[in-house]
Amino acid sequence: MWRQVLALVIKEMLAVLRDAKSRAVLIGPPLIQLLVFGYAATFDLNHVPMAVYNRDPSQASRELVAHFAGSPTFRVVAMLRSGRRIDELIDSRQAQLVLVIDRRFTRDLLTHRPAPVQTIVDGRNSNTALLIEGYANTILTDFALRWGETHGGRPPPAVLQTRALYNPTLSSHWFIVPGIVALLTQVVTLLVVSLSVARERETGTFDQLLVTPMRPVDILLGKGLPGLLVGLLEATVIIAAAVWWFDVPLRGGLLALYLGLILFVVAVTGIGLMISSLVSTQQQALLGAFLFMVPSIILSGFATPIANMPPWVQDLTLVNPMRYFLVIVRSVFLEGAGVAALASQDWPMAVIGAVNLVAATWLFRRRAI
Amino acid sequence: MNPVALRRLRGLLRKEFLQIWRDPSALAIAFLLPAILLLIFGYGVSLDARNVPLAVVTQRPGALAASFAAGFRHSPYFKPRPFLTIQEAERALRAHEVQGIVWLRSDFARRALAGGEAPIGVIVNGVDANDARLVEGYVQQVWATWLSAQARSQGHDASMALAVEPRVRFNPAVSSRDYLVPGLIAVIMTLTGALLTALVIAREWERGTMEALMVTRVQMREILLAKLLPYFLLGMGGMAASVVMAVLLFGVPLVGAWWVLAGASALFMLSALGMGLLISGFARSQFVAGQIALIVTFLPAFLLSGFVFDIGSMPPAVQWVTHVVAARYFVAILQSVFLAGNVWSVIVPNALALAAMAAVFLGLARAVFRRRLD
Repeated sequence: MWRQVLALVIKEMLAVLRDAKSRAVLIGPPLIQLLVFGYAATFDLNHVPMAVYNRDPSQASRELVAHFAGSPTFRVVAMLRSGRRIDELIDSRQAQLVLVIDRRFTRDLLTHRPAPVQTIVDGRNSNTALLIEGYANTILTDFALRWGETHGGRPPPAVLQTRALYNPTLSSHWFIVPGIVALLTQVVTLLVVSLSVARERETGTFDQLLVTPMRPVDILLGKGLPGLLVGLLEATVIIAAAVWWFDVPLRGGLLALYLGLILFVVAVTGIGLMISSLVSTQQQALLGAFLFMVPSIILSGFATPIANMPPWVQDLTLVNPMRYFLVIVRSVFLEGAGVAALASQDWPMAVIGAVNLVAATWLFRRRAI
Repeated sequence: MNPVALRRLRGLLRKEFLQIWRDPSALAIAFLLPAILLLIFGYGVSLDARNVPLAVVTQRPGALAASFAAGFRHSPYFKPRPFLTIQEAERALRAHEVQGIVWLRSDFARRALAGGEAPIGVIVNGVDANDARLVEGYVQQVWATWLSAQARSQGHDASMALAVEPRVRFNPAVSSRDYLVPGLIAVIMTLTGALLTALVIAREWERGTMEALMVTRVQMREILLAKLLPYFLLGMGGMAASVVMAVLLFGVPLVGAWWVLAGASALFMLSALGMGLLISGFARSQFVAGQIALIVTFLPAFLLSGFVFDIGSMPPAVQWVTHVVAARYFVAILQSVFLAGNVWSVIVPNALALAAMAAVFLGLARAVFRRRLD
């Protein structure tokens, strides 16, 4: 039995790898995506264009502006002389932040009253708006504290000392790049597996397979294993790139990572096989793959946290294997988590994988007879 | 165009419409796919952190510490959990039970009342850097509110030298759904537009019906036109359905004019269909066409369009790449038309870019198809 399965695996691998175009599709685009997305997918803000409307030209206000101009987050693109152009600059996206320094600024500072400043941000992208407000507040608070110290104001009763665990500089690359391991592994595995049976159905060779002495389970194994191998290989390449190219620290062990990875790829292969046994053309297979893939990426926590979703959507994510693997890959990379700590993520994937494989076998048998 | 050619075109169009009608998969891609995606995305994608579980450690409970901790109970952003030791709180942080720790040491009240500047430790789980930054910002807000309340209770103006008045132009509630849903429409329409044409034409190549069409008197440009028109209408129908869903279901305000939206959508749809035609011109099989459609349309539209990730913060080389992603221009127009209104300084340059991309893709598609005839 195993000799037959092995022969089918080799045949499948040849079918995928011999065709120059599908070979290229498996190797080239994922690598390009890794590079582009590894660099593009960032929530970090830098060189945010800002404008300043300084209604109180004085030493103190100029010092405040210098704090903004000197920060890597902001880039002062315009000094306004009147308030008329503020809206226009924001509307046309020439400035994402406008700092308005009030006429009473210096007078209030010197008399130890809170000196008024206004920050106006572009809310069209709410996340960026909140981050810009946060950065601006940090600079303004720094300035206020320093002013109080040097000019004899009353110090505030308490100050914040902030630090971030696992990712001290809060670089979002460290969050996104391990996520890409999960993303691309799922894309490639799912496409290879879900199209393999449909391709044979279209060319008519599937019936020939069925009349061989192979049992449906053997055929399923022969169809599933190549996807498993391709997925593992792809993931390994991306993990290597994350460590050596993007310098994301790999603090945990490979055992915990690969245990999670294998369970994940098995679960995805099961979904691919289910799609494969339900459809009769490659177009339907692709559509099925898309219909699963897109929601599974969105509802995985890849870009936006699951905790922010409404409760019923959060419940929906429980059947998504990518959700668990994302936690595993990020925990192993950044938190140095071991096998024991990740057991709570491993077993749901194992269950999903088992259910998927059983369901795929059942569907496949029904279609094969 | 002479009458004979016109009649040929009409025949071709009739064939395409019949094909669409009989094979529901094209209708599914045009209407079902966007509706399902928009539902899942609209409910699933949110960057607004609410009820963030936060450990508040008060090593020596007292009135001052309690007044500070109360700020977190009243904030909609936090769900505070009290702890008495930092060790327990750190264990909870490592077990992902809380996302951050606010730590008031045992000498907090004494130092705050004596010389001031008592340190408050804030430790966040930095794995999700974006979330961590937002949480830091919210903690800062609670702290600033506490400071001014504290100062007022002691009878002076404030203990901070600055009074910051923040204002958010458009989307004053800074709800992420209001900006994500318009962006999502662009992402979804990129996918359906390219998939519609790429898969349908790749299938004709695979079945050999394309060659059959070519040996007739029909010209290449008529075939392309006949393919384009029905799918354009289908795509625009899907687009309209998406906009209606965004406004009625998700309550996104549509401040700008609908005809600006329709015009920009038409240009975008042409470029997406052109992209699909181009892909199908290169790829003979549906497998390859589908793969390429996914890789060059959906993922770039998701990551490189400025829909979630800010383009201005990307490295220059990547920023340059975003210029060939049509969704980038459409996202800019959609976010402005929905939330800000008819901002011509945003709409005109982006619409011109879309028109240029549509022309380039359609032109290239025609050239590729003509070459494949030989």
